[in-house]
Amino acid sequence: MGLLTNLKDSISKVSDRLFADEEPKRIGIYGPPNAGKTTLANRIARDWTGDAVGPESHVPHETRRARRKEGVEIERNGRTVTIDIVDTPGVTTKVDYKEFLDHDMEKDDAVRRSREATEGVAEAMHWLREDVDGVIYVLDSSTDPFTQVNTMLIGIIESQDLPVLILANKTDLPESNIQRVANAFPQHETIPLSALEGDNMDEVYDKIAEYFG
Amino acid sequence: MEGLTSMEKIRLILDGVRDGNIVILEEGLSPDEESKLIEVTMTEISPDDFTGIEIETYPKSDAGDQTLLDRLMGRESAQKLTVIGPANQLKTLHKDETLISALVSRK
Repeated sequence: MGLLTNLKDSISKVSDRLFADEEPKRIGIYGPPNAGKTTLANRIARDWTGDAVGPESHVPHETRRARRKEGVEIERNGRTVTIDIVDTPGVTTKVDYKEFLDHDMEKDDAVRRSREATEGVAEAMHWLREDVDGVIYVLDSSTDPFTQVNTMLIGIIESQDLPVLILANKTDLPESNIQRVANAFPQHETIPLSALEGDNMDEVYDKIAEYFG
Repeated sequence: MEGLTSMEKIRLILDGVRDGNIVILEEGLSPDEESKLIEVTMTEISPDDFTGIEIETYPKSDAGDQTLLDRLMGRESAQKLTVIGPANQLKTLHKDETLISALVSRK
């Protein structure tokens, strides 16, 4: 009986592992508001599936719900890596509806937007603890990366033992400073790109395959 | 704070901050607690009442506290000082490895 039970256990463990390998990895795109997360998610989705993930905007908190694009197959060196992309709202510790009023918004719209934004950030934090297998952390390379939110988020990701790929986005801007991003998180590799212009996406896909394949 | 659960700590911090206080934690929070603090803060933000928190953390000046063995082994103290305040009253001006400059305003 013992032998049979052991054999059954071993078979189920092997089959579990086989099925687990077939499941796409769920990769969360995280970062502060306005880092270009949705632009990147759309770029990846369009390059490999032809569809977009969601609308992009210069107004902070345009993405207020985690949006998922499933089964994105990325081909690298004859291998296919399948991932589910989760575009998340920009993480922050504060949301004030009055900031939206600067973007020509009525008070009601601004209040609704800020409420949706807070729900979205809470959801994104929950996803990070429970539901993602890896993280693409997007930073705007034209701004200072050494902020509390970035430091905390990278610490949280590291504490979960999740693989993390740091992308220094917006290299098309004259103020872009890739070295500053690399210096802020020396324990990780930093890959420069412009998700808007599509610059250096080949290296980004190589790294996605390497980190999450 | 030591005997408190994560949620009790977060409640204590947010209650203090919502009362207009600046909370200073000598022990800091674990990454998991920081993540929950952000999540709970988001659920409590409401227009014209509470706009969230400003939080800054830096490692405590620990060279003096460390034993020679710790320093030889390159062990750093896990302790960090964390300052948390209401977002509409506390504004970080500058931060580096040894100093946080912040502007505190009254309501």
